[in-house]
Amino acid sequence: MKHIKTINMGALKNSIAKPGCKECANSCQSACKTSCTVANLECENR
Amino acid sequence: MKLHKFKQMGMNIVIDVNSGAIHIVDDIVYDVLDYYKYKDLSEILLNLKDKYTEEQIEEAYNEIKQLEEEGLLYTEDPYKNIILNDNGPSYIKAMCLNIAHDCNLKCKYCFASEGDYKGERKLMSPEVGKRAVDFVIENAGPRKNVEIDLFGGEPLMNFNTVKEIVEYARKREKETGKNIRFTITTNATLLNDEKMEFIDENMGNVVLSIDGRKEVNDKIRIRYDGTGTFDDILPKIKAMVEKRKEGKQYYVRGTFTRENLDFYNDVMMLADEGFKEISIEPVVLEDKHPLSLREEDLDTIFEQYDKLAEEIVNREKQGKGFKFYHFNIDVNGGPCVYKRISGCGAGYEYVAVTPDGDIYPCHQFVGNEEFKLGNVFDGISNDELIKTFKNGHIYNKPKCMECWARFYCSGGCQANNYSFNKDIHIPYELGCKMMKKRVECAIAIKAKLMEE
Ligand code: SF4
Ligand code: SF4
Repeated sequence: MKHIKTINMGALKNSIAKPGCKECANSCQSACKTSCTVANLECENR
Repeated sequence: MKLHKFKQMGMNIVIDVNSGAIHIVDDIVYDVLDYYKYKDLSEILLNLKDKYTEEQIEEAYNEIKQLEEEGLLYTEDPYKNIILNDNGPSYIKAMCLNIAHDCNLKCKYCFASEGDYKGERKLMSPEVGKRAVDFVIENAGPRKNVEIDLFGGEPLMNFNTVKEIVEYARKREKETGKNIRFTITTNATLLNDEKMEFIDENMGNVVLSIDGRKEVNDKIRIRYDGTGTFDDILPKIKAMVEKRKEGKQYYVRGTFTRENLDFYNDVMMLADEGFKEISIEPVVLEDKHPLSLREEDLDTIFEQYDKLAEEIVNREKQGKGFKFYHFNIDVNGGPCVYKRISGCGAGYEYVAVTPDGDIYPCHQFVGNEEFKLGNVFDGISNDELIKTFKNGHIYNKPKCMECWARFYCSGGCQANNYSFNKDIHIPYELGCKMMKKRVECAIAIKAKLMEE
């Protein structure tokens, strides 16, 4: 493509195939804890 | 909203919201996208005829069309039904233990009202702590990974209980096959060799609070006599971080307020001290508080985030990068959709426990009787509330359903939503605006580093 460079094919869609094991870490957004945004959590089931 | 586009660091970035695909596009595509869904090609040609040639516009149009057909642009949301049909049980598998409702500092922005959570100053007994460990193990059901966050007030004011809880948890781990991961959050004032050794050995993560530059920190993070803590805590934090060998987590974190809207300098000060894992986060306070962030501060705050993003790219290229927590988006992997829509899990996967053993949806709800879920000795008494929190995901938040950042943010902080809008389903708007800015920066950093 001349006008568009795709740098990511969409991790979200692929993740739907994951089992949703719900083993991943807890994430809090508030300023007083580790407060990560959910999007940087690591998946425990790669 | 299916698509979000923005300009940053000289790039035109387009995010396909539902697939998570990210594209860098030229100006022609960027402009054509303004019309693509509303007008046909002939009208677009007319609209943009002064800017680009017919051929250019047609080419751009066709590339957009191709990506749309490939499921990389204007994708529909395929997750909703999967999520809404997920009626399986939920398990409490993460817990915040308020080891001490007391603190040796009185930081001016403390949500816990200087440590006591507006109640009596109190320390958690080892008995309550151990019972809480049992409670979370019993309630974690099939989940193997359990998290326990040692929190306060200042948990190191009650180090004895901390030690007993950890020891007990290690024993229970062996008996039950669970994997218990501890985190401790401390103001660092009480760290000494013994405590550091213990923390290093037993904590999966340690969160160390400092607000950045001395003049900033010492205005806010103060002792009862009004003196600042900077000179005391910086060497201790450094010593603690030095102990964390490769692979062991830590965070050096602070809060920015109206007093340091130039928080870029605080992040840089911490980076220059050699810390690699840094977080400086916006304070959340009601409007009338003198330290609160307000709508009119946003331009300055956004400028600071932009500057920070650029500097992070620079340093990364020079091989002296560091991580800024809120920019750490994993665009290639990250958690699955289930997690992305449900967020923090407060109130159904995650709870907070007071020194008396009372259970609340999270540390921010502690002390608000309406939100009491039960007690570690008698169990959960308010199942309805648990359901409310479980259903408090983005598909039940109309504002989030219109928001492009929903799969990165996952619906904001329930506690902030409640304290500003008296409803966990209505996002705290100032928070949303900052969140969206941070997600843009995070994606721009990734794009920039990949581009080169
Ligand atoms: S409700 Fe807010 S403060 Fe509580 S755990 Fe969730 S994100 Fe954190
Ligand atoms: S809480 Fe705000 S930023 Fe987050 S998804 Fe909802 S509307 Fe978007």
